[in-house]
Amino acid sequence: MAREHEGAVDLGRVDEIVARHKGREGALLPVLREVQDAVGYLPQEALERVALGLGLSLSQVYGVATFYSLLYTKPKGKYTVRVCESAPCHVQGAQEVVDTLVRELGISFGETTPDGLFTLEKVSCLGVCGVAPAVMIGDRVYGNLTPETVVAVLQEYR
Amino acid sequence: MALVKLTIDGLPVEVEAGTTILRAAEKLGIHIPTLCYLEDMHEFGACRVCVVEVEGARTLQAACVTPVREGIVVRTNTPAVRRARRTTVELILSDHHTECPTCVRNLNCELQSLAESMGIRENRFAGARTDNPVDSSSAAIVRDPNKCVLCRRCVSICEKVQGVKAIGPVGRGFETVIGPAFGDRLGDTVCVNCGQCILVCPTGALHERDSTEEVWAALADPDRHVVFQTAPATRVALGETYGLPPGSIVTGKMVAAIRRLGADTVFDTDFAADLTIMEEGHELIQRLTKGGTLPMITSCSPGWIKFIEHFYPDLLPNLSTCKSPQQMFGAVIKTYYAEKVGLDPAKIYHVSVMPCTAKKFECRRPEMRDSGFADVDAALTTRELGRMLKEAGIVFDELPEEPYDDPLGESTGAAVIFGATGGVMEAALRTAYEVVTKKTLPRVEFEAVRGLEGVKEASVDLDGTEVRVAVAHGLANAKKVLDKVRAGEGDWHFIEIMACPGGCIGGGGQPIPTNLEVRQKRIEGIYTADERMTIRKSHENPSILALYKEFLGEPLGHKSHELLHTTYTPRGRYLPRREKAAD
Amino acid sequence: MRFYRAHVLVCAGTNCSLKGSQAVRQRLLNELEEVGLADEVKVVETGCFGLCEQGPTVVVYPEGVLYCRVTPDDVPELVREHLLKGRRLERLLYREEAEKAVQTVPQVDFFRGQQRIVLRNCGVIDPESIEEYIAHGGYEALGKALTEMKPAEVVAELKASGLRGRGGAGFPTGLKWEFAAKTEGDVKYIVCNADEGEPGTFKDRLILEGDPHAVLEGMAIAGYAVGARKGYIYIRGEYALSIERLEEAIKQARKMNFLGDGIFGTGFAFDVEVRVGAGAYVCGEETALFESLEGRRGEPRLKPPYPTERGLFGKPTVINNVETLANVAPIILNGAKWYRGFGTEGSPGTKVFTLTGDIVNEGLIEVPMGITLREVVFGIGGGIPGGRAFKMAQTGGTSGGCLPAELLDVPMDYDELAKAGSALGSGALLIMDDTHCIVDIARVFARFFEHESCGKCVPCREGTMRIHDIMTRIATGRAGEKDLDNLEALARTMTTACLCPLGQAAPVPIMTTLKYFREEYDAHIKEKRCPTGTCRALAAPAATLAAGKGA
Repeated sequence: MAREHEGAVDLGRVDEIVARHKGREGALLPVLREVQDAVGYLPQEALERVALGLGLSLSQVYGVATFYSLLYTKPKGKYTVRVCESAPCHVQGAQEVVDTLVRELGISFGETTPDGLFTLEKVSCLGVCGVAPAVMIGDRVYGNLTPETVVAVLQEYR
Repeated sequence: MALVKLTIDGLPVEVEAGTTILRAAEKLGIHIPTLCYLEDMHEFGACRVCVVEVEGARTLQAACVTPVREGIVVRTNTPAVRRARRTTVELILSDHHTECPTCVRNLNCELQSLAESMGIRENRFAGARTDNPVDSSSAAIVRDPNKCVLCRRCVSICEKVQGVKAIGPVGRGFETVIGPAFGDRLGDTVCVNCGQCILVCPTGALHERDSTEEVWAALADPDRHVVFQTAPATRVALGETYGLPPGSIVTGKMVAAIRRLGADTVFDTDFAADLTIMEEGHELIQRLTKGGTLPMITSCSPGWIKFIEHFYPDLLPNLSTCKSPQQMFGAVIKTYYAEKVGLDPAKIYHVSVMPCTAKKFECRRPEMRDSGFADVDAALTTRELGRMLKEAGIVFDELPEEPYDDPLGESTGAAVIFGATGGVMEAALRTAYEVVTKKTLPRVEFEAVRGLEGVKEASVDLDGTEVRVAVAHGLANAKKVLDKVRAGEGDWHFIEIMACPGGCIGGGGQPIPTNLEVRQKRIEGIYTADERMTIRKSHENPSILALYKEFLGEPLGHKSHELLHTTYTPRGRYLPRREKAAD
Repeated sequence: MRFYRAHVLVCAGTNCSLKGSQAVRQRLLNELEEVGLADEVKVVETGCFGLCEQGPTVVVYPEGVLYCRVTPDDVPELVREHLLKGRRLERLLYREEAEKAVQTVPQVDFFRGQQRIVLRNCGVIDPESIEEYIAHGGYEALGKALTEMKPAEVVAELKASGLRGRGGAGFPTGLKWEFAAKTEGDVKYIVCNADEGEPGTFKDRLILEGDPHAVLEGMAIAGYAVGARKGYIYIRGEYALSIERLEEAIKQARKMNFLGDGIFGTGFAFDVEVRVGAGAYVCGEETALFESLEGRRGEPRLKPPYPTERGLFGKPTVINNVETLANVAPIILNGAKWYRGFGTEGSPGTKVFTLTGDIVNEGLIEVPMGITLREVVFGIGGGIPGGRAFKMAQTGGTSGGCLPAELLDVPMDYDELAKAGSALGSGALLIMDDTHCIVDIARVFARFFEHESCGKCVPCREGTMRIHDIMTRIATGRAGEKDLDNLEALARTMTTACLCPLGQAAPVPIMTTLKYFREEYDAHIKEKRCPTGTCRALAAPAATLAAGKGA
């Protein structure tokens, strides 16, 4: 997943993504996901470019970008750690995993560690309840977590 | 159309298929309370205040968007329905900054009315409230998200009727806010200041930026000579502040009232409207005969001007270079008038009373200083004037009818019709016809350009020369016309565009409510006022002729260009790139 | 054609993958190579077996021996013992509670009690092989429908089968197809709702990972039945493997012309496109899904008009859940009468349940409708771990009701569970033992809905917030009697006045906990005490306030 330096958005890349999806009905969501993958998040310049390219108002584009939990309009850390806080994970000890993560990373939910490595987020059910409690980092899911194992998982990324 | 029979609260009723339960109930004299619903404009069904019981349905249905079906049994007032409705309204109140006594919409607020009519006496659900900063960045419109009930009427109107789309829902769930993208300040966006959003807002979440305080200060300042001008559209609406029917012509009382406030001079914007016709009429003739950019488009609507600057900057050369009447007047008052009565223009404080919120932005445009001073110091909305009059304890009803001051108070029927969509066009045609053909118009009325149809077209025969015109009101309608102009289709010579539906009488600064029916009544008032005028054509206004003779010289002359014409600023669709915002 | 003497099936469903089944598979390949069995023994990655708690699971055929908790280090011994010497590896055999080692899949109670129609191929075929799908009867139903049946006959078959929507609403599928078929229009759509967001539910994920072609075939048959040429699968963004498998399956299906123009040499054309969601539970609601697909915020629309009249892009649309679609091919192949042989009168067929929480056999099962909760929890489910006591079962996911021990004998189908005050819903079953606090879990329910409310309608946007407020106050000892009154007022309003099922369902789980576990609420409110000691804010006062009562 290519990452851009904040403040220097490769608009050519955005244009290319928009061009590929142009003409497709309901293209906005797929375009936003791809642009986010390319840029790392959805900065203003990118959203303006998407709006221009798809012929949509900035209001609609921003309204969509801020509605969905997996779309981010603010820069994130290198790895986004998503902890499931739904009932099945809760029943299997998610609270301890949550507490451990907050302690280990020294940040609250929604925040990013000072070194820019981890962003911590709470999410709703990830659909891996068979291995609750679970955490998702990037595209990878980690299950059956305990305070010890979740620390070990973080180490993999450090 | 097929008819449908149903029962509401035990009473039978028959309506056309497709009618909503809400309308069907009205036929029986049953008023189901609503909040987000706005007839013909916004049928959203999301506030859930208008829910009713429909026998057999699993859940309660929103009456405003549910069509009737044959044989259904509807109940609007069961205990369960009443409880659901009350809980819903209580929930809205629980997330509202209820500061009614100090709110701009005190006594004219739909949420207040709802709570009052439902007899709500407690707020059971106190808890977290959305807390967002008030946005007063715009010259014209203030956003207070803490009074927003998220009815989305403003979004609807900005998007569908105005085609601007400056605001929209942001975030999800309880955190949802209606505002510009990126949390930007309204003043930094493509918002054109038309204020249509204010007109549809049920609460005080949107209101105009207050100019009354500065005007009060000027009125109280013995050193200042306060000059007022009043727009055509104001005189058929101001009376509503005092409970008079929309469209009541209250010109004389309005003038008297403003004098009671302490104004030194009260002039009529209509005078400047006649002036605009002189300049613009000749400009059109010049473009027609000397091959200037066509079609020419009117330029007196500041909401429209900001719109074209953002969205169609390539068509700026098509705009007439004439200023709006308000601004022409400012330049004239601080030069010609000041000179004539021996006043130091620096001491003149010039206030306009407008049906318009965008005028607040217009009078602050940096180029509007051709007199050497701000040509117009403050623009008050009709609503603000109403508030000032009430605060001053003026009993409108009992005022005598007073005339405007001379020499800039005289006007014509052509001027007063500026307030209605198609009015500028008609006024211009009345003059253009006679100037070009050098004949008298058989009839002054041009019905083809009147009325509430979104885009009107007409063809006028100027003694063998066919002049094709278009009139659009509401910016989404303007878009239709402009897209054609851009594409090189639509072979018009002259186009009138008004930002507000109905024209200025439907402006963002007019008394609330301003709905379709009210607009129609105000328009009727305008044309009645026209009929009552002795002079019906701008070029026959003696005061105008005097102004040219004594001061301006001739239309489009050097002095005119100096004082009465302007330039425009292309603006991007999106905001200038900014540094990365801190979290 | 290569004939293998043994097949080693390695479960590669997400849950087992997370436990390392990929490494097991790789080690198997290496070991088989090393001992020279690579040409005789085939290693197949399959979809989920359902025994997630015991993963990684491996089944060796032709015997059908089931091995559990297999690690890469076990592989050399497994290969030498079983594949070379023909001896079962005792220590890895599936063990039931009684420590009796059970050997083959059919012997395992967990599987014996199941009726795998939807999951027919999961754990049996390699989901990335269309050939294996076909070898197992795949696309035969589509062929039959296109060449032997008229569209109206297909609709009639679905109607007769009594299949009801497996996403949660339980609407009769055949009826839905009939409405769409009867609506006039050149352009119609089939949408597969794979936005599985109901907490505790992961069946659609595993069906798509384990048998993607089943869904494609179901969609194509639906398209034929109603007159649609295009299908969309809206799948949640978090399901990366499912998306991959689906895209691959679509490519394969197109290549073999099960999708595209002239399918089976008839005039029928159908194609499928995958669209990915971006994290919003509400997009599982059909009209919100359409909004999302159309590039807007996922805010539900008003109904009427219903999707079969005006749905995606304003066209008549059939929207079905993944599991519903996976039932279509077997019904067409075997007939409605066969299908009605399973389940109950009102809810024919089987249901895939996902078992989570305090239950021995966490995972995926497929059983006939009408099985009781008790049979699932204590039979197939293996009971409560550690011998603890059953306290509560939430059926249907977070939007379903909570049932106490007294209701364990409720038969599980749409109508019976609704009568019991809960819902079958997605088939999620969350089991809780007596160490958990009801108030605490109800607070978690409330938190979920507050987070997921789309914000469009007042009662949900404000109501879910207020319910969360109240539950938090109760859980932290700051509530009063009025809070329960207000909770009830909110519940009554939301269940009747909210615009969409999310808001309508939101209060239900909480109200059922209030109904069946009132004492726990009273303890928190009146005594400021948490009986199970879970609610941290009340932990300290527990000792002082509950003097003599014990924590």
